[in-house]
Amino acid sequence: MAREKSHLLHLEDLYKSYGDKLVLENIDLSVSAGTLCSVVGPSGCGKSTMFRLVLGQEIADRGRLFVDGQPVAAPGEDRGIVYQRYSLYPHLTVIENAMLARTLPAGFAERRRRRAEFREEAMHYLERAGLAAHADKYPHELSGGMQQRVAIAQALIKRPKILMMDEPFGALDPETRESMQIFLLELWEAERMTIFFVTHDMEEAVYLGTRVVVLSQHYTDDRGTGANVRRGARVVGDYALPSAVASTKIKRSPEFIELADEIRRVGFDKDVLRHVTEFNLRHPDSFQTLSEEEARSARRTA
Amino acid sequence: MSAVAAPERRPSRGGLFAPVRHNLLLALLPFIVIAAVYLFASHQRLAENPQDKLLPSLGQMADAIDRLALKPDPQTGDYTLFVDTWASLKRIGLGVGIAALAGLLAGLNMGLLPRVRALFSPFLTFVSMVPPLAILPILFISLGVDELSKVALIFLGVFPVIARDLMIAAGQIPREQIVKAITLGASQSAVIYRIVMPQILPRLIDNVRLCLGGAWLFLIAAEAIASTEGLGYRIFLVRRYLAMDTILPYVFWITAIGFAADWLLRQLILRRFRWYVATA
Repeated sequence: MAREKSHLLHLEDLYKSYGDKLVLENIDLSVSAGTLCSVVGPSGCGKSTMFRLVLGQEIADRGRLFVDGQPVAAPGEDRGIVYQRYSLYPHLTVIENAMLARTLPAGFAERRRRRAEFREEAMHYLERAGLAAHADKYPHELSGGMQQRVAIAQALIKRPKILMMDEPFGALDPETRESMQIFLLELWEAERMTIFFVTHDMEEAVYLGTRVVVLSQHYTDDRGTGANVRRGARVVGDYALPSAVASTKIKRSPEFIELADEIRRVGFDKDVLRHVTEFNLRHPDSFQTLSEEEARSARRTA
Repeated sequence: MSAVAAPERRPSRGGLFAPVRHNLLLALLPFIVIAAVYLFASHQRLAENPQDKLLPSLGQMADAIDRLALKPDPQTGDYTLFVDTWASLKRIGLGVGIAALAGLLAGLNMGLLPRVRALFSPFLTFVSMVPPLAILPILFISLGVDELSKVALIFLGVFPVIARDLMIAAGQIPREQIVKAITLGASQSAVIYRIVMPQILPRLIDNVRLCLGGAWLFLIAAEAIASTEGLGYRIFLVRRYLAMDTILPYVFWITAIGFAADWLLRQLILRRFRWYVATA
């Protein structure tokens, strides 16, 4: 069966450059429904570019991109978003922010008629996020962690097929960050939704993900090492992880540390360059399309 | 060793870290000084020549106020100050109100829709450089000397400023907010009028506050040239008789109206747009 049909999210041969700078090169990625897929990589590697491509906010130069079998051309209601900032609308109270998924598509008359119903539904989500007491405050009156909880509730009410998160906890202090990670894992356990989680923090990626995709521009291929070779980031590692809400103590276990170390080596270390044919793509959903040249070289080594 | 108290260091009274005290007194001080200088100079001149009209005394001004504001005009039966104020407020209210509404719509659409911006923004920038007073004769010729030309002058002076600033404000709304609204099911018009417009409304009010000074300038210029009532008309009418006892209270009255309007709009922002005050 074609991968774009069998997987909720499918990226194939995706290229994106800005002017002279090639950012993403030959990205291949399929994600099954129910996966908490974290995407990790050094800063500037193109994670956010990839995020915007999946959103449909930007269009790839080449390649194919499908969400639930449909080609992506623009942002749509099947993908919910939580950003690091700007997820909440400053002029609306917490409850009004949470209600947007219902009120925005509704006309004026429907909004007035069903206001109580919308409010009750949003309130239910705010209760789950532990924010019922703050429903009538404005976002600027909440702490950073609370704002992100509202942002998650706001996105979830829409019941998106994929929840897209771009460094959602990046601006939080370490303690709040950890409690938000647990909150997200509990939500994911309960709902088994598909989450596409972009972060530069490999501990966070490994702790949260049932799958960790490593995006990096630090790799090598047969094009040589000359300064004129432009390499964009590729998926250089793809790992399956046990799925369970684990205590944060797991972050100190040997397996956890070992995996985080490997990811640091393959993704973050400028001096460790793996050849395109030797990437560790262990996840069962993983696949790789090689250029003709790369395929030839792969056959030689095999 | 004997204990020597460290010399106490106080921030200097006029420096960067001066204490915030007696601020009301400080704010009143320039007013008191101006009033005192005026009263002294007026007293001196009137002592030399009781017929002097340049610096009327408080009593003379009170007589003028009594005549214009508290007693009906013997010929028309109207209270002159009231008639003038109403005529001027109507013109400035209409001119600024229409300019604000049109500026909001134009700014929003230019700020958010690239094609609309490409079409109108250079034109608007060009038009905004036309000195409105320079085309006042054109307005009088083409629109007549009645209300329309006066309202049009205020509109032309105020609209480009508001439209351009709101275009910038709408363009500064983070792209993320717009993409997010679409993922939550917003249509394009919902993004423009329900996500972005409420966020730039307080900025519109701030714009109106800043434009009021200019609007009065255009109003008084128009009234001075062709009118039968209005605050500006009255001032320029009595100028012929060197009636400073009327002009000064009128100027004070116009200033007070402007100050009150500014204060009211500021209060509106503080009360209705708490988030704007806290985040801007």
